[in-house]
Amino acid sequence: AGDQNLFTSIYPTLSQQLPREPMEWRRSYGRAPKMIHLESNFVQFKEELLPKEGNKALLTFPFLHIYWTECCDTEVYKATVKDDLTKWQNVLKAHSSVDWLIVVVENDAKKKNKTNILPRTSIVDKIRNDFCNKQSDRCVVLSDPLKDSSRTQESWNAFLTKLRTLLLMSFTKNLGKFEDDMRTLREKRTEPGWSFCEYFMVQEELAFVFEMLQQFEDALVQYDELDALFSQYVVNFGAGDGANWLTFFCQPVKSWNGLVLRKPIDMEKRELIQRQEATLLDLRSYLFSRQCTLLLFLQRPWEVAQRALELLHSCVQELKLLEVSVPPGALDCWVFLSCLEVLQRIEGCCDRAQIDSNIAHTVGLWSYATEKLKALGYLCGLVSEKGPNSEDLNRTVDLLAGLGAERPETANTAQSPYKKLREALSSVEAFEKHYLDLSHATIEMYTSIGRTRSAKLVGKDVAEFYMRKRSAQKAEAHLQGALKTYLAEGWALPVTHTRKQLAECQKHLGQIENYLQTSSLLASDGHLTQEERAHFCQEILSFAKQQVDSPGHRILLPMHSFAQLRDLHFDPSNAVVHAGGALSVEITLYSQMPVPVHMDQIAVNVHFNIEKNSYRKTAEWLTKHKMSNGIINFPAETSLFPVSQNSSPALELSEMFERSPSDNSLNTTGIICRNVHMLLRKQEGGSSLETPSGVALEDGAHVLRCSSVTLQPGANRVAFRTQAKEPGTYTLRQLCASVGPVWFVLPHIYPIVQYDVYSQEPQLHVEPLADSLLAGIPQKVKFTVTTGHYTVKNGDSLQLSNVEAMLILCQTENRATIFSNSREESSVASLRIQASDKVTSIGLPAAPAYHVIEFELEVLSLPSASAAVGERGTQGTPEIHRKQKDRQRTGHCMVTTDHKVSIDCPWSIYSTVIALTFSVPFRTTHSLLSSGTRKYVQVCVQNLSELDFQLSDSSLMDVGNATDLQLAPLNAQCQQHIHSKQSVFFVWEIRWTREPPPALHCQFSVGFSPASEERLSISLKPYTYEFQVENFFTLYTVKAEISPAVGAEYCRTGSLCSLEVSITRLADLLEVDKDEALTESDEYFSTKLMYEVVDNSSNWAVCGKSCGVVSMPVAAQATHRVHMEVMPLFAGYLPLPDVRLFKYLPHHSAHSSQLDADSWIENDSLSVDKHPDDQLDCSSVRSRGSVASVASSEHKGLPMPRLQALPAGQVFNSSMGMQVLVIPSQDDHVLEVSVT
Amino acid sequence: NYPLYIRSTPMESELKFHYMVHTSLDVVDEKISTMGKALVDQRELYLGLLYPTEDYKVYGYVTNSKVKFVMVVDSSNTALRDNEIRSMFRKLHNSYTDVMCNPFYNPGDRIQSRAFDNMVTSMMIQVC
Repeated sequence: AGDQNLFTSIYPTLSQQLPREPMEWRRSYGRAPKMIHLESNFVQFKEELLPKEGNKALLTFPFLHIYWTECCDTEVYKATVKDDLTKWQNVLKAHSSVDWLIVVVENDAKKKNKTNILPRTSIVDKIRNDFCNKQSDRCVVLSDPLKDSSRTQESWNAFLTKLRTLLLMSFTKNLGKFEDDMRTLREKRTEPGWSFCEYFMVQEELAFVFEMLQQFEDALVQYDELDALFSQYVVNFGAGDGANWLTFFCQPVKSWNGLVLRKPIDMEKRELIQRQEATLLDLRSYLFSRQCTLLLFLQRPWEVAQRALELLHSCVQELKLLEVSVPPGALDCWVFLSCLEVLQRIEGCCDRAQIDSNIAHTVGLWSYATEKLKALGYLCGLVSEKGPNSEDLNRTVDLLAGLGAERPETANTAQSPYKKLREALSSVEAFEKHYLDLSHATIEMYTSIGRTRSAKLVGKDVAEFYMRKRSAQKAEAHLQGALKTYLAEGWALPVTHTRKQLAECQKHLGQIENYLQTSSLLASDGHLTQEERAHFCQEILSFAKQQVDSPGHRILLPMHSFAQLRDLHFDPSNAVVHAGGALSVEITLYSQMPVPVHMDQIAVNVHFNIEKNSYRKTAEWLTKHKMSNGIINFPAETSLFPVSQNSSPALELSEMFERSPSDNSLNTTGIICRNVHMLLRKQEGGSSLETPSGVALEDGAHVLRCSSVTLQPGANRVAFRTQAKEPGTYTLRQLCASVGPVWFVLPHIYPIVQYDVYSQEPQLHVEPLADSLLAGIPQKVKFTVTTGHYTVKNGDSLQLSNVEAMLILCQTENRATIFSNSREESSVASLRIQASDKVTSIGLPAAPAYHVIEFELEVLSLPSASAAVGERGTQGTPEIHRKQKDRQRTGHCMVTTDHKVSIDCPWSIYSTVIALTFSVPFRTTHSLLSSGTRKYVQVCVQNLSELDFQLSDSSLMDVGNATDLQLAPLNAQCQQHIHSKQSVFFVWEIRWTREPPPALHCQFSVGFSPASEERLSISLKPYTYEFQVENFFTLYTVKAEISPAVGAEYCRTGSLCSLEVSITRLADLLEVDKDEALTESDEYFSTKLMYEVVDNSSNWAVCGKSCGVVSMPVAAQATHRVHMEVMPLFAGYLPLPDVRLFKYLPHHSAHSSQLDADSWIENDSLSVDKHPDDQLDCSSVRSRGSVASVASSEHKGLPMPRLQALPAGQVFNSSMGMQVLVIPSQDDHVLEVSVT
Repeated sequence: NYPLYIRSTPMESELKFHYMVHTSLDVVDEKISTMGKALVDQRELYLGLLYPTEDYKVYGYVTNSKVKFVMVVDSSNTALRDNEIRSMFRKLHNSYTDVMCNPFYNPGDRIQSRAFDNMVTSMMIQVC
């Protein structure tokens, strides 16, 4: 408004400058502020242009009213401009428009002309005062707009900023109002009269505005909202909640000319919507074309593809939901056209590389288009072999009519979807070409993005198409590919279906072998109906019948589809037969066929190999170790999935711990898969899934056959019989069943099934029944004759050469048992045994080859030799017990004797020598006991065997010539039981009348018999034992006595007591005394003795010298007393310390001077010449003085006196076992004294 | 990628479903591989809509041990929203976990558990 001329002069600059700088646009509802470029259209103010109340057009809405004036003097202003302005303002107010601006343009040129001008600001102020009483910013001064000065520039900038702000303010306000209006309109949608189309137009207006403002995002949101709203309505309609306005969308579809995406706005359709005449497809098409345009503006072509697919799907759904009547094929046409249109549109706006990298988005459209074209092809009869019939043609014409005319914008492009569809539907050949093009493109795309399964599915469709066209060759490849995938992943139903198609295809191609194989697979397929399976089975059988005339030609098929080997049973069960023996193998075949099948032959190929010289193949080993039950079960593999889960090996996992070496704490732990290599290889090598067609038939020389077998569906048992010929191992390799020329072969039998054939040399074994044979009593020995290939005839006998000390006891009845080699008892026969002096002959019962004869004989080893193994000589009383303990510890080894028997066998010219070892069940020890001068002999019989014995008639005889010696038994019982591992003692007193001999030679004998057996057939020889006792006469008695300290009543711990040792000689000079220790002076004999007081249990502390040498006169009743001080260490009844006597033998050496015995004793280093059995004693001495051992080793080689222990029988310790009461010391504290 | 358990109602178009489920594995694989790169630990098990066809919607779900569940729903059944599908999958997963807990079940075998069967049946009845 205002000065039009002025405006026109400024306008170019203004419109140019305005959009140059972006403005921040703050929006309501917390939407993010955006930078936008304003661009506006200026129109001359006319009253008519002002919007009426209720107008919804936002696009042409005047946002800002500007009054331009260039008036500079007050008069003019008052006269005209003010009125004009007032009028303008009133009009605006009438329309309740608050967005206005007054621009005062100043012109210096005009100012100069008039001298008496008011200050220029006054007009502005005036205007401001008049009109902008509150909003002073509504009046702007623009100075010298047409000049190019800095001041102009400044004012321009200020003006533009102001203008922009105001424009935006107004825009925002109006937009907000519009949106509110729109929302209220939307809220009214439940009202009956509401029309979606009207609302659509309103919201689209908003979208247009956004689009204009380059806010495509927001524009898209508007369309999406519309889309969603519409979809919701359709869904609600489907749920029975219909809106009136929807009904006209439900009118029958008459035209299906696809999406049009080339034009930004499809005005044609928009008008239809405006006129409320659009069909659902029209509305959808229009909506989508708008969305598409916006998306493309937003550089998101992939979303277009994605949305297109969704749209097409949902459209189809919606049409169904709204029950819109659509001629058959029309939708297919529409979808197909739309798909292609979208694809071409996308292609049009992207370059090649971009498309290639985003195939994933478009491939869905491709496959959808393919699918639809296929459907159209079927519908119009373009797929069948004969071509379309008239009905199909009619349909085609109808469809083409529905397409309408080609759109002008695509008419001149050669590859428009419209043209494509027209062409494809026009003829069979063109259809094939187009369809295959599309399919191959789709497959290629799928494969390139790795969606192999989808590619296979499309491939299968193509195959179906080919089958329709009777070109099975091309179909087969596709089918095989698909089948492979399904098999690999174990999809049973698709596998079956694909196989069925494949079978048909192969039948056409005449691939007999493949066809039969597929048929056999199908016939065993549980997913098919019984009739179908029977049909395929019949196919095989009929083929087998018709090919009978051409012999020699075999068709090999894998067995697993036909039948499965379930288990295998050997008879004999351990699958070991001797050469010539009969073996039967029974297999269970589980037939998968739906009908009984008569097989000409079922055969098992056997691989033979000889393993010589290996123990594992000998008869004994085989018969002993191969004790399986003879049934081998085969894992029931599901024939459908050769490479499904059950063929992959199980995970072998093991724990792993790693500990730090320093403190054994756990460092790492984990699980290791030990067979990773197998598992991983399995995954890669999934290529060889289908059993390779080349099933090789092994032509082994050894075949087990079974002819004319009818296999019922389910389990069948087939038995094979064979005669074992050569020894060796036979491995069952292949199983094949044949019907005419058709052979079903199971190429490998796994787990490995073998049977062994052996031949055996006759053998004889003799072994004792018990663990060891005991001498002296009858023992049973088992004879085992393994006949092997030798047949034992009646009259064959074993000749045993007798040994003196071993008797073979011939009992009246001896029974031999004959077993077969597999331990089955076959018969019992009696033995004839003829014994002569030298030879015992045993007549064997007749037995066939490969049998075992077992019998038992009793033998008796005479204990004659046992006495020869004597025990060691006499020892002292205390030692002997220890020694026995020692022996018992070191082992229970019984004394053994060996007897060798040589046996002549009928099958061999050599005689077999067999050694039998008998052990003596007893061990006997003896000991000498003394009491003063009385002497006793104790004999200990120890039973080492496991048996209990009855001992009787024990006797001890002096075998020496000591006639004056009497042995008086002190044993009460004459019969005694001796249990296993126990001992029995016998005691005799030795009495003598004269001076006893130095040595006594005795023989002990005792009769024995096993306690368990009451009666024995023969009398057993008694057990004898010879021994010798020496120096049994007592020479000295030692008496020790402890008396408390003087004045005290009892011994106290810690206080010294006196020990008095008296050594008394009991006899005059005897034979035994004549040795080195004896010194003779003036017919007065004396012997040097050394005594020693030792306390082993450290009850006593010996104070002062513990040992010394005394010279003992050799005369009866000569006594030597020694006093010593001892101190008890503990309270209680304490045993007296030991007093030992040794013979002190001076060293006999010419050059060495006699050493003072006392100095030696002072040294306390004694070289003790002891009996080797006295180790324990020795150690006790050593423990007393560790110095001694060291010193003795130092003194090695030096001449020194020797000590010789007196034989136990010569010394009698009369105070042995005496005890002395020791009471604790008064002051109650424990005194610990350690004596070293 | 071999089926552990398949069930469908109605039975007549079983074959079609099998094909569809099998094909959908492609998309599952694709989604897993893209997702695996993005976030390994906090992975959303639900894969969402795998791909729509004209009549059916195919939804996918993958456990952390890469066991895949695929559900094909009639696309005209608009009552089934994402949330329902999600909860159904969760239910399925729970049931599957129970099956796996059975010591007599050999992982990788076909599922023959009656409890699982009943659960699926009840779910199908509820939906259809």
